[in-house]
Amino acid sequence: MSLKEAAPPVPPPAAPPSGARRRGSGARSGARKRSGKWWIPWLFLAPALILFVYFKFIPMAQAVSMSVQEVRPYLGNTWVGTANYVEILSSEGFRSATWNTILLAIGQTFGSMALGFGLALLVEGQTRKLTFIRSAAFLPVVVPIAVVAELWRIMYHPTSDGLLNQVIGLIGLGPSGFINDPDTSLASIAVTGIWRGAPYDMMIFLAGLAGIDRGLYEAATVDGASTKQRILHVTLPGLRPVFAILFVLAAVRGFRSFTEVFLLTNGGPNGSTEVVMTLIYKLGLEQNRLGVGSAGAVLLFVATLILTVCVQLLRKRRAV
Amino acid sequence: MSAATETALGLTESKGAVAKAVKFVVYAGLFVVFAGPLLALLVSSFNHVSDPTQLSIVPKSPTLDNFRIAFDHGVLKYLFNSFFVVGFGLLLQVAVSVLAGYALARKIFPGMTLVMVAILATMMLPEEILALPLTLVLADLPLVHLNLMGTLAGMIVPLGAWAFSILVMTEFMKDVPKELEEAARIDGAGEFRIFAQIILPLCKPALGVIGVFGFTMIWDQYLLPLLVATNSDSYTLPLALRTLRIDPVVTPGVVMAASLLALLPSVMVFLFFQRSFARGLTAGALKG
Repeated sequence: MSLKEAAPPVPPPAAPPSGARRRGSGARSGARKRSGKWWIPWLFLAPALILFVYFKFIPMAQAVSMSVQEVRPYLGNTWVGTANYVEILSSEGFRSATWNTILLAIGQTFGSMALGFGLALLVEGQTRKLTFIRSAAFLPVVVPIAVVAELWRIMYHPTSDGLLNQVIGLIGLGPSGFINDPDTSLASIAVTGIWRGAPYDMMIFLAGLAGIDRGLYEAATVDGASTKQRILHVTLPGLRPVFAILFVLAAVRGFRSFTEVFLLTNGGPNGSTEVVMTLIYKLGLEQNRLGVGSAGAVLLFVATLILTVCVQLLRKRRAV
Repeated sequence: MSAATETALGLTESKGAVAKAVKFVVYAGLFVVFAGPLLALLVSSFNHVSDPTQLSIVPKSPTLDNFRIAFDHGVLKYLFNSFFVVGFGLLLQVAVSVLAGYALARKIFPGMTLVMVAILATMMLPEEILALPLTLVLADLPLVHLNLMGTLAGMIVPLGAWAFSILVMTEFMKDVPKELEEAARIDGAGEFRIFAQIILPLCKPALGVIGVFGFTMIWDQYLLPLLVATNSDSYTLPLALRTLRIDPVVTPGVVMAASLLALLPSVMVFLFFQRSFARGLTAGALKG
């Protein structure tokens, strides 16, 4: 089967280096260079490079080339220049999908980071009880996204006997339509995303918290700083790089969110949760408009690239 | 107060009864919010749940009917497909990563920086963005002209090379002392022997990290199987959940039973290998 083809070729054991008996001086500096033929590293790298070329670089090149063509299976493609871009950028659907994507990314990113930071502060520590709570809180991260979506779909049931409607009924709210109401659907998806994203952020914050010099806390306490001041002046500055990384990770994750939207609402009701990825999926695979869909994908790629580069630049400037 | 237990909030210091009660409520709340829905899933999968609006939270009239009905709908086959994909996918991914890591960590060769940049660049190319062209590539692999659409192999090979695993392996292999390698070389060990018998055995912690992360990453795949599976024979379990739900005679209890089977493997892997997990999280995120 084709599987065999992709399996990494087992590199043949190379002949022992000719100077194997040589010992002593010069061995240290030369060890890495003279250790075999020039092609040996490439042999070890070959499986990875072949797979990357096939499933990352060729598809990327194809996305770019399709985005400037009208893709017609069996008939051959025709060059259309920027027409696909013009079409998608001027379509109402893409604009509202872009807006929804940005809102969802912002909501999920800041929601997860704020909640994750709070959680991390609460569960920081070495006791057994805290370890247990940490593991329990982390569970949503390892549950497959498809399961998360199905579970929340039931919890979001729009009638008053739906699970979450009963919960918010306890404090006199609702019943809400959640994912079935255009006004609350996007926020509901964001809540599900935060539920799954916050524990992940919590773990990263915990790692960051562990790196903060304990002595600073003691010094702050000795100086009579309140808890609030300790967090403001010791914890937050110490976590600055963590915030930057989490921001990029979460924002990029938000930009390309697909599965939870696809399973919870598939863009509905009334297009209120259509995001760029669900739109691309529909354009390309349901309506077979591969050219226009690819233009959307390229724009999405450029957006994530710009975001990442900007944050990296900001980080660099601050670090210097 | 020892410095090691000092935390940002200093919660361990609070001793009074009120503080204790507040702490208890906060932690219980955390538990309910994050683990509660999953407990409801667990309980519902063993209960008769016919009402589509509800999950059962209190266990009553336990039954295995949900699983029986789920099996009647082919859930075992989908579970098998999922295990097939994760098994071979992980094998391929780990093999590819250790080989690439060895070259990047232990060799100096012209073009190395370029390779490193290319690998880092793939992190910017998630399969969401590549979804459309990926279906074309998989339908007709360039040069070899194979059609992988509708096959499990089509869900496996695109995951074979993962930049995260390669970077973790590279970082770890860099730390193996050079003297060990030199000694083996002087003893006449060949390149592959040095890789397999000297370097690799010393990288067990890193293998744990990429194994655990690779497993959860592949198990969580949704879009790729969705693109590749052209008929229900090649569905993985996560894909099958949606078709189960749409089926009008299937109750939420059955969907939850299938969901339980879909989440157990990755949750178990997490619970058993928490140490590797924590290590990988920081390696993946903090190195950025």
